[in-house]
Amino acid sequence: MKAPALSAFALVPVAFLVACTGSTDAPVYGADPRLPEPQRGLLPSMKIAKPALWGDRLPQVPQGYRITAIATDLQIPRQTLVLPNGDILIAEGRGGGAPALTPKDVIAGIIKARGTSPVKGGNRLTLLRDADGDGVYESRTIFAKDLNAPYGLALVGNRLYVANQDALVRFDYQPGQFTAGGPPVKVADLPSAINHHWTKALTASADGKFLYVGIGSNSNITERGMPAEADRARVWQIDAETGAHRPYATGLRNPTALAIQPGSGQLWVAVNERDEIGPNLVPDYVTSVQENGFYGWPFSYWGQNADTRVRPQDPAKVAAAIRPDYALGSHVATLGIAFSTPAMGPPFADGLFVGEHGSWNRDPPSGYRVVFVPFQDGRPAGDPVDVVTGFFGDDGKTRGRPVGVTVDPRGALLVADDLSNTLWRVTLASQTAQNAGGTLDAADAAPSATGAASAATRR
Amino acid sequence: MWSVRARRTQADGRWARPLLMNGMNATTTTTFDSSGATRGPIHPLRALLLAGSVPLFLGVLLSDMAYANSDQIQWKNFASWLNAGALVLSGLALLWSLIALIGADRKSGRSALASVLLLAAWVFGFINSLVHAKDAGATLPEGLALAVLVFALVAAASWLGLDAERREVRR
Repeated sequence: MKAPALSAFALVPVAFLVACTGSTDAPVYGADPRLPEPQRGLLPSMKIAKPALWGDRLPQVPQGYRITAIATDLQIPRQTLVLPNGDILIAEGRGGGAPALTPKDVIAGIIKARGTSPVKGGNRLTLLRDADGDGVYESRTIFAKDLNAPYGLALVGNRLYVANQDALVRFDYQPGQFTAGGPPVKVADLPSAINHHWTKALTASADGKFLYVGIGSNSNITERGMPAEADRARVWQIDAETGAHRPYATGLRNPTALAIQPGSGQLWVAVNERDEIGPNLVPDYVTSVQENGFYGWPFSYWGQNADTRVRPQDPAKVAAAIRPDYALGSHVATLGIAFSTPAMGPPFADGLFVGEHGSWNRDPPSGYRVVFVPFQDGRPAGDPVDVVTGFFGDDGKTRGRPVGVTVDPRGALLVADDLSNTLWRVTLASQTAQNAGGTLDAADAAPSATGAASAATRR
Repeated sequence: MWSVRARRTQADGRWARPLLMNGMNATTTTTFDSSGATRGPIHPLRALLLAGSVPLFLGVLLSDMAYANSDQIQWKNFASWLNAGALVLSGLALLWSLIALIGADRKSGRSALASVLLLAAWVFGFINSLVHAKDAGATLPEGLALAVLVFALVAAASWLGLDAERREVRR
């Protein structure tokens, strides 16, 4: 399964592909993954890689590309947004805090905390500015503070939308602003009871009339009861003017990232799937979202594979479940997606970047990288390709965990890292050199598929 | 009587290790006369641990039945916590029984059987705690079956253990 993939990308300057050793490491990805039978021993597998500092190390990028840390000492950066003038907004925060209901919750909470940053979430937006276009973001301000675990960001015209863990709020935004003019206005309340999966992903429709918000389930697989899942595991469509909402698609267990495909205006979502039925079940995925579609959770996974843990079962819902478009591998924990532009260079001209936070319940661990899913004619075509790796080092230590990925239309990929509290920026090595040489035009002249304004609304 | 002897031998530094590592050692059995422990009336804490495990494991069984019948997850949460509490009590009772058994100069078949049953109850109870840690309906039906087994084992162990004590006192 892996060998053809390697030859297919022989021309792509990608230095690192995931090693494929052992049965647990067999990749389950692509449009038609072969799913194993569910399995679960008495003990769920948990492997928390010990965090370590980057020191002199850097994440690895393909040959011809370059990675730099453009902001450090952030307070749990999650998602980023590139504004029309090139400024970068970073949402920082930590939400959740669902109470422990069972002895298992108590024990698992202690173990999982070992794999995350001890830093307190900022509950703020940080703004970075690179005024001279040399790739160094020399200005840094707090754009807004006292938010409640902000995650999703979207700009529509002069309105900046922020998805807190409990509400969608809006700031007025003028280009060039360093700080928000005042406190935000609430657009709509979001489901926030328990908030087991608290992140609220956000994107705006191509015409800016609607906002899409991803709302994660309140459990792995209904272990907090069915009533806790009311209004969960779905994408809401919210009217930007009135704040009225309706479910746009359901059965999406934890929709952690949303993006509008350039050109078609199609909504895409990254979903984290269920745990505890094996190291290769269930693959996390990206899929185009069908309006009013039902994608299975909790009753089934990857189409019509019924999950016997759910009580009561619902065969009618299982039969109605839509199969997602593209599997990314199990437990990789996709938390960010961004459509690329030709400015990212030929290997990554057409496709989707995906940030994989990394597993906590798989041995060997999976994820801990940014991959690129190549597209052809608007659909995924081919296996995922590594873009940024080295977050999980060969020494078994974790130095970073990618969350949001954002494409700067001038030709840069931003990767938020919520373990080392860093914002990474990946550019073509040649482009960076050009910029460093003082040619400011290089950035502006870089081809942009979508234009800065519409691109900025994408995430 | 018992506590005075134990404290004295502990001060000698000959209590814990020789007793556990080599229970048949002549020196140990003379300095720590544990048969005295079983001749007196049962210690109230030991009675509490033994008897208290029974309704807790019964609670696991009843809660699991309620979950299986209603699909209301809260019954499973109750079962998980009751099982955790039962493991603490029965675990301490088991420790006590094993120490008393090892230290006894005259082994009673009844208390030995009680200890074996209690050990089995604890082991299966622990397995059941792992089964109950599976999410939602993944606990069923194994969790309920184990709850029945564990309740039967702990009830028998507790009955036999307390009965053995009563016979020791009467003798």
